[in-house]
Amino acid sequence: MSNNSILVVGGGFAGITAALEAAEVGHEVYIVETNPYLGGRVAQLNQYFPKLCPPSCGLEIQFQRIKNNPKVKFFTMADVVSVTGAPGAYDVKIKVRPRYVNANCTMCGECEKAATTSVASEFDFALTSRKVAYSTHLFAFPQRFVVDAAACAPGELDTITAACPYDAVDPNDTEKTFDLSVGSIVWATGWKPYDMAKLTNLGAGKLANVVSNMQFERLAAPNGPTSGKIERPSDGKAPKRIAFVQCAGSRDENHLNYCSYICCMASLKHVTYIREKLPEAQVVIYYIDLRTPGRYDNFMQKVAADDKLSLVKGKVAKITECECKSPILTVEDAVTGIKGEERFDMVVLATGMQPSCAGSKLPVELPMDEDGFIIGGAEAGVFAAGCAKLPLDVMKTAQTGTSAALKAIQNVVGR
Amino acid sequence: MAEKLGVYICGGCDLGKSLDVDALVDFTKKSKLAGICAVVKKNAVLCSPDAVAEIEADIKESGLDGVVLCACSPRAKWDIFRFGAATQVERVNLREQCVWSFDKDAKIPGLLDLMAKDYIKMGIMKLSKSRIPTPETPETNQAILVLGGGFTGLNAALEAARMGRDVVLVEKAAELGGKAAGMLKTFPMSHPYTKAEDTGVAGLIAEVTSNAKIKVLTSAELTSIEGAPGLYTVTVNAGGEQVFEIGAVDLATGWAPGDASYLAPMGYGKYKNVVTTAEFEAMAKAGKIVRPSDGKAPASVAFITDVSLCTKGAEPSSLDVCAPVEPLPDKAPEGEPEVVAYPPLESAKHLAYSSELTSLVALKQAGYVRESCSEALAFVLYDHMMVPGINERYYKAAQDDAGIMLSKATITGVTEDVDGGLIIAAKDTLLGADVEIKADLVVLPTAIVPVTAHQATTNLVYRQGPGFPDLELFDGFVDSNYICFPYETRRTGVYAAGCVRQPMTLANAKEDAAGAVLKAIQCISSANRGVAVHPRSGDLSYPVFNFQRCTQCKRCTEECPFGALDDDEKGTPKPNPTRCRRCGTCMGACPERVISFDNYNVDQIGSMIKEVTVPDDMVAGGPRVIVLACENDAYPALDMAAFRGKSWSPFVRFVPVRCLGSVNAIWVADAVSKGVDGVIMLGCKYGADYQCHFVKGSELCSRRKTNIAESLGRLGVEAERVEQYEVSIDEYDKVPALIERFMTEVITKFGPNPFKGY
Repeated sequence: MSNNSILVVGGGFAGITAALEAAEVGHEVYIVETNPYLGGRVAQLNQYFPKLCPPSCGLEIQFQRIKNNPKVKFFTMADVVSVTGAPGAYDVKIKVRPRYVNANCTMCGECEKAATTSVASEFDFALTSRKVAYSTHLFAFPQRFVVDAAACAPGELDTITAACPYDAVDPNDTEKTFDLSVGSIVWATGWKPYDMAKLTNLGAGKLANVVSNMQFERLAAPNGPTSGKIERPSDGKAPKRIAFVQCAGSRDENHLNYCSYICCMASLKHVTYIREKLPEAQVVIYYIDLRTPGRYDNFMQKVAADDKLSLVKGKVAKITECECKSPILTVEDAVTGIKGEERFDMVVLATGMQPSCAGSKLPVELPMDEDGFIIGGAEAGVFAAGCAKLPLDVMKTAQTGTSAALKAIQNVVGR
Repeated sequence: MAEKLGVYICGGCDLGKSLDVDALVDFTKKSKLAGICAVVKKNAVLCSPDAVAEIEADIKESGLDGVVLCACSPRAKWDIFRFGAATQVERVNLREQCVWSFDKDAKIPGLLDLMAKDYIKMGIMKLSKSRIPTPETPETNQAILVLGGGFTGLNAALEAARMGRDVVLVEKAAELGGKAAGMLKTFPMSHPYTKAEDTGVAGLIAEVTSNAKIKVLTSAELTSIEGAPGLYTVTVNAGGEQVFEIGAVDLATGWAPGDASYLAPMGYGKYKNVVTTAEFEAMAKAGKIVRPSDGKAPASVAFITDVSLCTKGAEPSSLDVCAPVEPLPDKAPEGEPEVVAYPPLESAKHLAYSSELTSLVALKQAGYVRESCSEALAFVLYDHMMVPGINERYYKAAQDDAGIMLSKATITGVTEDVDGGLIIAAKDTLLGADVEIKADLVVLPTAIVPVTAHQATTNLVYRQGPGFPDLELFDGFVDSNYICFPYETRRTGVYAAGCVRQPMTLANAKEDAAGAVLKAIQCISSANRGVAVHPRSGDLSYPVFNFQRCTQCKRCTEECPFGALDDDEKGTPKPNPTRCRRCGTCMGACPERVISFDNYNVDQIGSMIKEVTVPDDMVAGGPRVIVLACENDAYPALDMAAFRGKSWSPFVRFVPVRCLGSVNAIWVADAVSKGVDGVIMLGCKYGADYQCHFVKGSELCSRRKTNIAESLGRLGVEAERVEQYEVSIDEYDKVPALIERFMTEVITKFGPNPFKGY
């Protein structure tokens, strides 16, 4: 007897899309998400290219669809431990890490006020800190706090527990495991920003005013650490000259042996953030090729018309910093061949996307290429979607989510 | 209608600290609608398990058919406050919209209390005018029509058949296979993405033609698609008319090579040995790569992907006025029926939009040159090597071939040499600032132009016309305006895939075909259950028309963003519920107010607004402003503003609406006649990059607003008292300033509504 239900691993845009598309034709769907919230990478973005619209707009619709559809069930802070069985009848073991906050939470924030210890914020890529009792971000779904008990000082968990007026903090919460029986699996574990520490010539993530493109998204976001102000991490000053270094890690056999698809469009989008918030700032983008496929060309043309933006085909060989913490770039212009040094107030590394699976052992046997992308699995009833499979933009991610849902359904109804 | 209500007032999350909850309970018990409120209670924490159990017990014991929960936003605790399909739930947002966002500097005492009372009355009124919709569930056709038998259409047909669906595949050519059938190879479709491969189209054709579920019609023209999703009647002419009952449509009619005259600036049409990639592919497929001038195999071939010479000054078709337009005859031939011209949407920009395929094709065809002769040289001259994503590996593989010379170059001209060869002049190259490159043959890009840039293709028998509206926004592609929802267009039940949607690779088209098939199946299944598709997926409500009072003004049929309404000869609208997305734009359009939803209607919202207590004396009691807020974006923005501790004028009252398109002018008129001092419509951005989930709602609202303001003017009320503001879901920090602006620029400036007190 085959099982009609579908497991979706990853609650980012690909996973949510796949889950909803399948649920809306009647399939029972389980989303397993490792973060405390759904929405994945797009939840961390300020705006989408090329429309410059907020990701929360589409996520709100997706969350409404989830709320209104009893066929969709989701688990946050959850991971797949093991998969046994065969296509059409899988047994999946899920582990849920303790959140220490139960369904009574009203998001009143008393626990956060009572907490005293702070650690670096994962959601904001360490640009700021968060308390040990926290909500990841304003738009978090589900709306429920998290207590990071492991990071609590002695006695702090008790203080936090006592501060909650609704008995929502449960200091005795423990890791739980349970089993799900499903017919198909959609693998949508997404991507992570390439680790800046590996880019040793570009400062290895140690230079004060060199940030990654994802950090820049957080700086520009109204729910980010600066409430949307673009400022230098070292001194909080508004930068007057900003450089973008494209292909930071991408198109490089020593790092990521592919193009990360989104970074050129993302940097052009970042120019629009700068222009809105810092009308006088000078911007230079150093690139190998500006990859703006399809009708994105219109966006590229529009941004390129900015007279305070220079587009330079050139390779950034090195970044150092001066005493005032301003980054100094060593650049070779590819067309003129001229090599020189340029000082900026702030530099954004267009770091590439690396599949989240890269370098990790998966709980299910899936063919993976040398970079960590899933390159098969259909025979086994596992269908990859989104950036677990290929470097993609959001639109194409949604497309692969929908098509993976169809494949997952075919796998259970065809039996 | 909900007739026996339970009203529950929460004391948690600061509500009990800021409000006198007991007094609110008393107030509700004595209110106008107290008669239908069988239970009125308070609870210290309404979302606690005990409180929920109490509500459940009350529903059972008192036979409640609706509960009004005065607590937090409906966006919070959604999973807890659910009491089964027979119990309607109304959430009164006292937390975010009342207590958390209350401006503590307010001078007049008791304002918070008044506000809470208004919202409670409004909530009770709203629920009392709401009933549970019981949609018709039509017996739907399950078959899927696939338009186009190219690579995308073949894949779509097979995917649908694998889902157990009957498929009708319509191809206008005599053979299946489309453009892919003319390709020697395609660029890599799978790991390791380094080698061109067979398209596999022959195998697909064999699979399709031998599949019993798929009826293939070649040399066939689609005559018409009539009806609505789940209930289409499709007429096809394939040497005789055939009629099919169809559930939904996948549009995979693909593309045509762009008008090559746009390539004239690079010598096409002038020099014999300048060809397009489409022509070069045909030569390669025929196994004969030769120079057209002398039939000899070229020793060097230059592939140019920089099209800046051709696209200079070209604008996207949404702006373009210079596209080559076929001149229309001065007069239509007599006796012929009037044919509505389909605006041609092709422009030079399609060359730019095809950049990814242009680069990949150049790499692939450079490979053909190398395979045809090991001595032959291939040049690829690019502005940007447009191989985003994994295809970088294919580019790398080409770089490893010493016979392929790749360089960045901006082409400045192509001229003919004495020997029939060509001289390409270029600047800003990696070979030097200004160079000339000689080649025996020059190959220029072929633009991917969707067939819908020239014809409607879908031949829908819809009042709003046979094709997709406003395709100039997408340069003729049947694309979605939504990044998050790539299959959402303005015609429910028709899902585009492949190059008719965007220029795309075969690998991507295969994926796209699968996605579009699922959307088609989902649409049929939703139609069958009587529920809406995206974005109100699963919504049971549907517009009901009271035809007795309809004056056939046609506003609803014209304004529906999805073309849901047809009409008869007299102009009476014919609803097609399965085309409808339930935005309520028709309801907002109707001057006679004959359109309603069971759980959302003109009377209901109008009555809610009338529940707002308006003090007769504005100086003593303060003004009152109604804010009609889009529930998809503005409303969540308000919630988040409150979460961030923002506050605003205590004189506004928020009324959530499905979409600003559903706002009926009477709500504004009623509010003003009641003495309300101003009305704000808070909705999504409109224009070319619109964010409205119902496409046209906020734009239509702004257009109707002008009419509303004029009518107010005739009554002696300042037009400025009605204003629409655009607010994105993430513009929560801007909300207080927007409201403040209205309060000072409008209310302070104009003073009390002249109707006040009447």
